[in-house]
Amino acid sequence: MSERAKLFLMAAVFLVFYYAPFPHPRVQSAILEAFWMLQDYAQRHVLFCLVPAFFIAGGISVFVSQASVMKYFGPKADKLLSYGVASVSGTILAVCSCTVLPLYAGISRRGAGIGPAVAFLYSGPAINVLAIILTGRVLGLEMGLARAFGAVAFSIVIGLAMASIFRHEGSVPDDSMFAAKDDTVRPLWKEVLYFFSMVCVLVFAAWGRPEQPVGFFDAVYRIHWWLAGAALLALLWMLSAWFTKDELVSWKDSTWGFAKQIFPLLLAGVFAAGLLMGRPGLDNGLIPNRWVALLVGGNSLWANLFASVAGALMYFATLTEIPILQGLMGSGMGKGPALALLLAGPALSLPSMIVLNKVMGTRKLLAYVGLVVFMSTLAGMIYGALF
Amino acid sequence: MKIEVFGPGCPKCVNTEKAIKAVLAELKLSAEVVKITDISAIVDRGVMFTPAVIIDGKKVCEGKVPTPEMIKGWLK
Repeated sequence: MSERAKLFLMAAVFLVFYYAPFPHPRVQSAILEAFWMLQDYAQRHVLFCLVPAFFIAGGISVFVSQASVMKYFGPKADKLLSYGVASVSGTILAVCSCTVLPLYAGISRRGAGIGPAVAFLYSGPAINVLAIILTGRVLGLEMGLARAFGAVAFSIVIGLAMASIFRHEGSVPDDSMFAAKDDTVRPLWKEVLYFFSMVCVLVFAAWGRPEQPVGFFDAVYRIHWWLAGAALLALLWMLSAWFTKDELVSWKDSTWGFAKQIFPLLLAGVFAAGLLMGRPGLDNGLIPNRWVALLVGGNSLWANLFASVAGALMYFATLTEIPILQGLMGSGMGKGPALALLLAGPALSLPSMIVLNKVMGTRKLLAYVGLVVFMSTLAGMIYGALF
Repeated sequence: MKIEVFGPGCPKCVNTEKAIKAVLAELKLSAEVVKITDISAIVDRGVMFTPAVIIDGKKVCEGKVPTPEMIKGWLK
């Protein structure tokens, strides 16, 4: 940051505090709401959802071999397989856009072509594990599943559409960049069990009390701590029996890396959501509920389109789309527009469009943005009509 | 010696460059450190996982920030 920028920043902060209308009741309630919202996250979502999710994401980035996925994106790879792997590879490969872009360019120009590359470009940020887990936890299982399913389906459809629009684009295939490097150190079933036990810890620790104390969900709820504990013990045993010390250190490092990168931004997002919209169900935020309901309430074409376009333009730091949406839905946003925003939001933003423009060119960028907005609107309409 | 660091400018890539310069200073070695941020140029060199490091035309690291020990190993 230049000295001049620092000066402007300081002046801006000063002016905000100089003129902020603190005596206004809505401003006062909004500030309190922001802290209530932070407390709600701290009490309900941090220990048993975010912390295990960071460990899972860290484990994936260290133990799942990224190079082994690349062979599905080579110029000679089976196209069907390319699309399939691209649509779910976001869970394994991507956390930030700076990893995605070189991969996109490589796949598009040297490998399987623009279709799988675009599928990958979309699925990368849209379907990362942390986002799906927290969406299910905060916005409900239904929304989490709709998001995961929508992201996978979108990436394939958008990839296929891009491939058919730009089918005459040339590329310089280079098979050597996609050579399979086999660097696995333990059998697949051990890795699967390792991840499965982590997921069990997460699922059982976060098991919610059902509304009626009957049936399967209640039976699990009664013993959920025992189940989570058993999964944790199994995990600890696996760690000591199958993993080397170096591996555990790099797992810890990458988990800590995720936490450092994501947690502060998420807290800022929760705070902003509380300030602007208030806690769900209350009309205490800076933005009155009726404005939200006016713009994105119900399930009209307009509401869905507005949510898609706003999502495509807005920048959300990893996971912050979730508290923002929670606030918006609590203020009267419809479920359809909420899904539309979830599907268009993380994949695109104004800053990322500027970078993408350099990498893919204006024509492809416009087609890509158009497809994302159109598909998100459509998915929002369908979801809103069903639920 | 020519050390090329590849990355579009994310924190990891910046840290990679810093780590290499720190090790060079520690070992009192001189080398030309070049940062390549253009995505087309990165892909043309056969790199897809950033940050990546190429020393005198040989790819030594791809997809992660190297530790000082790793860097010392390459410089020997």
